[in-house]
Amino acid sequence: MPLRPSFLTALAGALLFGAAAVAQTGGAPAIPGNGSTADHSKFEILQKDFASAPEVTEACVSCHTEADDQVMHSIHFTWEFDNPETGQLLGKRNVINAFCGNVAGNEPRCTSCHAGYGWDDMSVAPQEAGVTPDCLVCHDRSGQYTKTATGAGLPPLDPVKPGTKTITGAQAWPVDLAKAAQSVGPPGRENCGQCHFYGGGGDNVKHGDLSSVLYEPALDVDVHMSPEGQNMVCSDCHVSDQHKWAGSRYNVTAADTKGPGMPHERRDVATCQSCHGTEPHPASLKGVKLNDHTDKLACQTCHIPEFARGGVATKMVWDWSTAGKMGPDGKPLSVENYTQGDGKHRHTYLATKGDFVWEENVEPLYAWFNGQIEYTTGDQTIDPTQVVEVNKISGSPQDGDSRIWPFKRLNGRQSYDAKLNHLAYSHVWGPTTDTAFWTNFDWGKAIEAGMKAAGVEYSGEYGFVDTHMYWPITHMVAPAEDALDCAECHATDGRMAGIDGVYMPGRTPFSTAGILGLALIAATVLALGIHALGRLFTRKDGDAS
Amino acid sequence: MTERFVKIYPRFERFWHWTQMVLIFTLLFTGLAVNGLNTLIPFGPAVMLHIIAALALIVLWVFAIFWHITTGTWVHYVPTTRGLFKVARFYAWGIFKGEHHPYRKAYWRKHNPLQALTYLALKLVLFPAIWVTGVIYLTYNFWDTAPNATLWLTVMANLHLLAAYAIAAFVLAHIYLLTVGHSFREHVRPMITGFDKVNLTSEEEAYLESDEPARIR
Repeated sequence: MPLRPSFLTALAGALLFGAAAVAQTGGAPAIPGNGSTADHSKFEILQKDFASAPEVTEACVSCHTEADDQVMHSIHFTWEFDNPETGQLLGKRNVINAFCGNVAGNEPRCTSCHAGYGWDDMSVAPQEAGVTPDCLVCHDRSGQYTKTATGAGLPPLDPVKPGTKTITGAQAWPVDLAKAAQSVGPPGRENCGQCHFYGGGGDNVKHGDLSSVLYEPALDVDVHMSPEGQNMVCSDCHVSDQHKWAGSRYNVTAADTKGPGMPHERRDVATCQSCHGTEPHPASLKGVKLNDHTDKLACQTCHIPEFARGGVATKMVWDWSTAGKMGPDGKPLSVENYTQGDGKHRHTYLATKGDFVWEENVEPLYAWFNGQIEYTTGDQTIDPTQVVEVNKISGSPQDGDSRIWPFKRLNGRQSYDAKLNHLAYSHVWGPTTDTAFWTNFDWGKAIEAGMKAAGVEYSGEYGFVDTHMYWPITHMVAPAEDALDCAECHATDGRMAGIDGVYMPGRTPFSTAGILGLALIAATVLALGIHALGRLFTRKDGDAS
Repeated sequence: MTERFVKIYPRFERFWHWTQMVLIFTLLFTGLAVNGLNTLIPFGPAVMLHIIAALALIVLWVFAIFWHITTGTWVHYVPTTRGLFKVARFYAWGIFKGEHHPYRKAYWRKHNPLQALTYLALKLVLFPAIWVTGVIYLTYNFWDTAPNATLWLTVMANLHLLAAYAIAAFVLAHIYLLTVGHSFREHVRPMITGFDKVNLTSEEEAYLESDEPARIR
């Protein structure tokens, strides 16, 4: 029987309707631009009860044969960055920061956000330790995949031990691995955000410009990511090539003079210019004047007027030295003295972590930046009488590669080896050890154990030193009309007051030339005044005509 | 020699003078805002207005230079020492004694020697200084790759500022001198009507009356 066109239409319609229904009942967050040629829920290898998360990875790589190798060479997996410019060995595996300090000795807690399963010893590289990459943390689109807060990267599975938390601090639920595996797609902001929005141990603690607000930001918070705006996801800018992402914070492209290039050409940078070009302002007098600024300023400087916007605060001060106080009840003291814009209370003191200061809508600090950040690693000798720069910003007005960038600066106070003058590693997490600070509140033991875990020499004496840590601000781009007004900087007490190496009109009306000019005016007025008084006094005004 | 009212400031010259006056005041007002002293206008609009007014003034100057050359009126500004000392002495001394101004305007010498010298200095030194430094300043992004570009920009911007203050000083003196003598209005009127009292030779008078009757009354 020949099929009539109307029957074909009806059949096609039914199929489409069915597909739409499946997509809806799947409950996966919408993936912009999703039009994949593969429906993973139809793959037999994924239609089973996975007993463990690494089994899912095994299924993935049976088709995606090169994916595990690619991931295992990425910074998401190695946590190591060999800086080609400075020669420093960086990455989470190596650096000390001013937040939680160090990973070594605190592995199962810190590595809960590792893109792999079961990395519990920093001294062994995850590739060598046989750690299996975690595909789902980035590719799950079912929205119900997560990792436990202290499980070295493993997800909570049925039965979940009561009291277990996820990496975002939520009460953990049993993850359905099969459902997650069948839902996979390109990473959405939920995938990246569950780790990157919670860096430093909580929502927006670390970056200042990366918070849970970005899951669904208002237009004025992020013009790119807002559903009212471009509704973009992280990987729209942080483009990747073989699981390596553009947009390094250790080796920043501070000045992009290349622009977008040919369509689809650039997979190497996540810069503003790679989409907007090098002359992004309209071809008007004002636009030309604004384009004139691009040889000195990063786009972010004007277009991110404040960070920590949208109701979630960021930590601006962290003083570890006051940690360890017990309350009247003899239990570790905790104080919640800050209420942020979205109404949530944040701790201002914790016996485990010390004192914090939170801020929202923060005006950044500005500095010349050529993209290089030099870390004060554990082997460097510090001067404890000065504020230690945990990560020094490099750049100068003369080198041509630097731009004036906005930064968040964390004012820290953290432990150091008081005899050898090195920043100290500390062992904070370990519910069952008698050395972990968060369990025993004894700095002596915690630092000794931390130094041992990091494999570095320790004199046995510790102290606390003031530190600064810098975070380039590059997210939460405001709509154009909210960009900084000229007068924010072109003023006597403007935002660029501390920046040298540029001529900035409006900043110093009383410069040498300014004072000379005003003196000339004063002398003229004085001379004319004397002349006028002379005429008045003699009352014999000459006939000047 | 007879003293007659002659139109010595033709229409273009008056247009040039008053347009220049408006533009210079606009430039001083916005320039002081760009410099950071004047807060009556925000920085951004001040910059835009300053650039527009400056470009307009440059165009006006191009026309004015062309006009001076083609009409031969540039001869009014040729410097001379004849009577220069007398005029200087008048303003410094004689004016307090009730003396008469020693200079009498002529048909082809409508400015006194001191005035002519001042205007010449203005046109040959201050105006070129302000617009050369201004154009260099404005076009910074065409030469920002030159060695020590920031230093040169700072030098140019400061020279621009100094030239601006010098022009402001001229404006003050220029306006002050309008108060000297009979009345302010009498001094301003020629630049509005074009007519001023001028000493004419009998030949000049005869020429104007027969060939250009509209220029004499």
